[in-house]
Amino acid sequence: MQLYLPIADLPVNIFLVLAMGAAVGFVSGMFGIGGGFLMTPLLIFIGITPAVAVASVASHIAASSFSGALSYWRRRAIDPALASVLLCGGVTGTALGVWTFTQLRALGQLDLMIALSYVVLLTTVGSLMFSEGLRALMRTRRGAVPPRRTHSWIHGLPLKMRFKRSKIYLSVIPVVIVGIVIGFIGAIMGIGGGFILVPIMIYLLRVPTSTVIGTSMVLTLVTMLFATLLHAVTNHLVDAVLALILMVGGVTGAQFGARAGQKIRGEQLRLLLGLLILSVGVRFAIELVIRPEDLFTIRELGVSG
Amino acid sequence: MRAALAILLVLLLGSAARAERLIVSVSNHRVTVTPNYSGEELVLFGSVEKDASTPADRKSYDLVVTVMGPRADMVTRRKERTFGIWINTDYRQFLAVPSYLALFANRPFDVITSPEIARRQQIGLNNVLLTQRVSGDYADVVPNDAFRSAFIRLRTQKGLYREDPSAVTFLTPTLFRTGIPLPEEVPIGTYEVEIKLFANGALVTKTETAFEIVKVGFEQFVATSARQHGLIYGLATAAMALMTGWMASIVFRKD
Repeated sequence: MQLYLPIADLPVNIFLVLAMGAAVGFVSGMFGIGGGFLMTPLLIFIGITPAVAVASVASHIAASSFSGALSYWRRRAIDPALASVLLCGGVTGTALGVWTFTQLRALGQLDLMIALSYVVLLTTVGSLMFSEGLRALMRTRRGAVPPRRTHSWIHGLPLKMRFKRSKIYLSVIPVVIVGIVIGFIGAIMGIGGGFILVPIMIYLLRVPTSTVIGTSMVLTLVTMLFATLLHAVTNHLVDAVLALILMVGGVTGAQFGARAGQKIRGEQLRLLLGLLILSVGVRFAIELVIRPEDLFTIRELGVSG
Repeated sequence: MRAALAILLVLLLGSAARAERLIVSVSNHRVTVTPNYSGEELVLFGSVEKDASTPADRKSYDLVVTVMGPRADMVTRRKERTFGIWINTDYRQFLAVPSYLALFANRPFDVITSPEIARRQQIGLNNVLLTQRVSGDYADVVPNDAFRSAFIRLRTQKGLYREDPSAVTFLTPTLFRTGIPLPEEVPIGTYEVEIKLFANGALVTKTETAFEIVKVGFEQFVATSARQHGLIYGLATAAMALMTGWMASIVFRKD
């Protein structure tokens, strides 16, 4: 069944988009991530302009992270203090990101920047995650214990604050910076950033695993809601119809993904996720390097008198 | 001033004793784009009315139909290989060019009339005026300019620009019809249709008509509210996201 997307200005097959939402939802439920880094590229590949894809996916991620955050909230797995400090940075970063997005769009370099950011970020994070998963898998094979973590320079920074529920004592500076970075790249790339945020919080900030996912979801939720709002106000690019189909598919798929995820071991899960992230990054890299089918592109600047 | 000139022109032309008159109509003056719209074809039909002053030797006519969609500014960008990757480097801005453009005739354009008249009457995609901004100047360029031809090629690929010198059919020597295909991604707005009648290579008369393409219902509502009330639209979308997430957490609650 064909459905006309009002903002993307494109007829799409409603079942195709629904299936894409469900598939990405499945993956996101399985790995406990937002799935924006898969959804945005998929939308771009079916012909939706990168700008509309990024802006619309933001609201889709907000929906899936809200349902996730609710269940973590019930289990008291969210650290409100840590979440609010992260949000201070996150909101600032999002605003900066949407502003940069608008500037790049005017310069005609937005699509390139989106693609480049995907290549750099996904190949780096993907290969790190993949190699880390591989090492962890080897360790468990050999039956060795993981190395004990030591305090890093981050724990020597001033402006320390006690985060009760996470039981950590940490400077607010790195937390705010992490928030800014995640908010910024999230607004430009149309990703929630969970797949980067969770490792950073675990390895760099030493947030315990009991609160890390719930707290990161709160950051994702608020930054993505804010990004939706800003994209709607400044660029008029949020396609609500597209977003709604994605949301419905996504939240449904996520439930089945979560069940499947429980059956796989943690290291294997990380290995798989690393591989997935890496392949999306490589796909974008290939796109940039090979000669495009058409060297010319047209963009309408709006109806004139 | 311009209006006065136009009136004068009409009077002058009118006094030149028009021998033929064109009567045309399109099958639908208001095309609505609905959720399941996937392209459509309008039909333009009409007849050539002769009167007593029509030269007796005039037997056959040629017809050129130009359909122009709402005008918009557009940018054409060219990618070049820089540091191993393909980057948009150069661009040209096209000013107030038709978003949809179709040229139809009953015979090849170069058979119908001379190159000079074709250029003056903008017959054929190569002769249509596409104003570019070239470093502060406003001008159209030669037809084989890289940006101009890329622009036309890309628009043609999307079905938005087309020329077809065999689309007009004469059912009788004076009765004609042509189809106006509208693609899936049809621009919304008012379309002008110009019909020019030629005989022996000379322009005899011309007439105009128009039709309108509108989005109706939910799509139109969404599109206009996104454009005109960005804040409310954004808030509504955000609320929708929260509702969907909340509903999901209730429906799929495990305990």
